[in-house]
Amino acid sequence: MSDIKVEIKHLYKVFGPNPVTMVEHVKNGTSKQELLNEYRHVLGLKDVNIKVLACGVQVIMGLSGSGKSTLIRHINRLIEPTTGEIMVNGQNILAMDTQELREFRRHTLSMVFQKFALLPHYTVMDNVAYGLKIQNTPLIEARERSQKWIDRVGLSGFERNYPAQLSGGMQQRVGLARALATDAEILLMDEAFSALDPLIRTDMQDILLDLQEELQKTIIFITHDLDEALRIGDNIAILRDGEVVQQGTPQEIVLHPEGDYVNDFIKDINRSRVLQVGSVMSNELINDGPEIDISMVIEEALPKLSAANPKGVVTRDGKAVGSVYLDRMITAITRPKSTSKGKVIYS
Amino acid sequence: MDFPINRTDLRELKKGIDFAFRDFSRTYGDAIEAFFDPLMHFMVWLEQLMIGAPWQVMILIFAALAWLGSRSLLLVLGTICAFLLIYYLRMWEDTMSTVAIISVATLICIGIGIPLGVLMARSERVQAVITPILDIMQTIPSFVYLIPVVMLLGIGKVPGLLAVCIYAMPPIVRLTNLGIRLVDKEVLEAAGAFGASYRQKLFDVQIPLALPNIFAGVNQTIMMALAMVVIASMIGVKSLGVPVLRAISNQYLALGLMNGLAIVALAIIFDRTSQKYGQRLQKHRQGGHDV
Repeated sequence: MSDIKVEIKHLYKVFGPNPVTMVEHVKNGTSKQELLNEYRHVLGLKDVNIKVLACGVQVIMGLSGSGKSTLIRHINRLIEPTTGEIMVNGQNILAMDTQELREFRRHTLSMVFQKFALLPHYTVMDNVAYGLKIQNTPLIEARERSQKWIDRVGLSGFERNYPAQLSGGMQQRVGLARALATDAEILLMDEAFSALDPLIRTDMQDILLDLQEELQKTIIFITHDLDEALRIGDNIAILRDGEVVQQGTPQEIVLHPEGDYVNDFIKDINRSRVLQVGSVMSNELINDGPEIDISMVIEEALPKLSAANPKGVVTRDGKAVGSVYLDRMITAITRPKSTSKGKVIYS
Repeated sequence: MDFPINRTDLRELKKGIDFAFRDFSRTYGDAIEAFFDPLMHFMVWLEQLMIGAPWQVMILIFAALAWLGSRSLLLVLGTICAFLLIYYLRMWEDTMSTVAIISVATLICIGIGIPLGVLMARSERVQAVITPILDIMQTIPSFVYLIPVVMLLGIGKVPGLLAVCIYAMPPIVRLTNLGIRLVDKEVLEAAGAFGASYRQKLFDVQIPLALPNIFAGVNQTIMMALAMVVIASMIGVKSLGVPVLRAISNQYLALGLMNGLAIVALAIIFDRTSQKYGQRLQKHRQGGHDV
């Protein structure tokens, strides 16, 4: 988990006829609004620095217009940065020529799109095999490998259907299978589940988490939905107006939101489903009480305790490491009041 | 009235252009004719083949093509009736000549028009250059470009074919360009994200998805080629246009009507067949789970 797979350094993106000089203005403190009003340029991304660890799920979260889709398209250079560096596997992808870039896109990463972007004139099978077809994989091998992924995402029997004959959820499974079929190590998911209705979305998140446990890919996941971000992310970066306002694990973001913006975001989430016992435990060792694993979320830990039996033993790998009290857990999951400074106060 | 250029100068200018072109056609006319020679031989061969073949066989072939294109019994029946009528009213040879020249013209238009449309879709600059040329080709009175064509190549099949092509090519170029530009940007982006090259994007994504539009272009091209047949017959193309022209100059109502209606019948058959075929290309757009 410690290898850095993708590293984005000081990335700036300005849209307009004269972007490079505009970056200087931005560095000297011109705001997005001023840049638009005075210079007629749109600031897309401002000094983005993100390190994505291998085999983890990096979520990039932000509302529409925050630049998240722009950011993810930099990682496979569908969009060229104005200034900055992007390293994948320690290699500077901005130095690649057309041919190298093409090979890089074919083998190292693949992408899932918000509106699926399937080829409407191809069957499910041909869609899943598309990435392999582009690599000039022999047809029989491509079919075999694709079949495996079609089965894996639960679309067996639909191989010969066209995308227009499938529901949205099924279409996105095709999109997911297509991305997995090339065996790329990095998966870029651009609001992949945002167009699906809530039940199907949860379903797809389960499929993804399930696959991830087995495949251990590096996933970069874009979303505007904080619940989704907290559920699937190992690490979250929150983007606002092209700037990263906070990065951290879901626990860190919920417990220590930085600034009003993030605070507003986390206000309405279901905290009991995100916070883990480890975040509210004390180091005091006790002997009696039910055993609760340190990484269990509070929602699951609560039923184990009761008014008559208000404390539990926190364990890690079966060994006691501390204790947790019912009232601490309840306090932690109540919605915090924010002060004028944006700090969160518990109790 | 006072014009900036006086009568004599204008006459000299026109004369200059005329003489220059006459010299050009005297110098290069033979070479250009020789260049088009294989095309002429091919057209003669095709025409002779279609006229020489037993009429029953030809009708069967037309019926089969109509079936392959449209999968509609009604259209096949209509095709057979129309060609039977054409045969019994003794318009068979002219009709075969017409079908031959239309076929060759359409093939040429497709062969040049589709690549041109692809180029236009790829580059704004190419589009900016070609669009006005297409406008000219479509709006300039046909007789105007018949003059230099006849001066260069004389009268006959090849100049007639050129005239038909000039008139009939614009729709297929325009609609190929339009069709490719209308292809869903997201799908194209997805192809790019998987590392597709320009060629792979073109043949796997852009052209297949633009096919309905390209096919509408082919259909329009066929229709315009048919419309041009009468004018092409003025410069010696043997076709249904010849009796129509004779009917105009001699006021033969029945002759004009019959041959005119034969052209209409061809137009309807070609149009319905190619349209139905174009629709069948879009099968994948249908929804529903039980297809």
